Amino acid sequence: MESIFFLVVAAVAVISSILVVTCKNPINSALSLVMTFFCLATFYVMLDAPFMAATQVIVYAGAIMVLIIFVIMLLNVRVETVKRGTHAVVAGSAIGLFVLFQTVWFLMKGSMTGKVGDMTKEQIVSVGHVELIGKALFTDFLLPFEVTSVLLLAAIVGAVILAKKKI
Amino acid sequence: MLAIENYLIVSAILFAIGTIGVLTKRNAIVIFMCIEMMLNAVNLTFIAFSRHLGNIDGQIFVFFVMTVAAAEAAVGLALMIAFFKNRESIDVEDVNLLKL
Repeated sequence: MESIFFLVVAAVAVISSILVVTCKNPINSALSLVMTFFCLATFYVMLDAPFMAATQVIVYAGAIMVLIIFVIMLLNVRVETVKRGTHAVVAGSAIGLFVLFQTVWFLMKGSMTGKVGDMTKEQIVSVGHVELIGKALFTDFLLPFEVTSVLLLAAIVGAVILAKKKI
Repeated sequence: MLAIENYLIVSAILFAIGTIGVLTKRNAIVIFMCIEMMLNAVNLTFIAFSRHLGNIDGQIFVFFVMTVAAAEAAVGLALMIAFFKNRESIDVEDVNLLKL
């Protein structure tokens, strides 16, 4: 049952991501990308990470995509008329397929090992995923968390300065 | 839970499609969306490994990737608006002031 559901969601994710690349109109690409983000949120739920799924929907499908669609409509981007030469398309696709081949090859060759932690499904259910994330974020990762706030401040200042009338 | 390889293969496919999009599209906003898709593919890998190994650190990393992506979206789209004001286009072929 779970594997059938996984296959359906994976198929939707891959098809909508192909649509992102093939659509002529940027708005259609953006809507397909939202579909991909929702499929990824479904995967996160299947991987017992409900908080990450909620963040995915709120931050990506909500904030970032609204920003992108807003800019597309603000700039009134027309449908792509001038096609890129076939050489560029062939070369780009070849490199992309090479990347795919490389990753799948490493996947087949390597073993899935790493630093094993103590997070189990029972713990996620009993303690709660948000609490686990929050504990890790405010103990082991406190410094990166604070540095992130500086990054966001820099992004705010940068966006305001770049969007000024005279640059 | 399904085997981790399933998630990793989906992630690899999404990353490859994103790469193809970045290399073949001309519209800067579509290239930007393809980059977001690649970031999401990496996030899926992180969360799959985090669940597989029972280690929460991967999900914290995803949290930071999302923050950086949001900052990148704000600054990148502001750059595109500034570029559009100067050139009346967001085609990457028009970004050629440094060309000889």
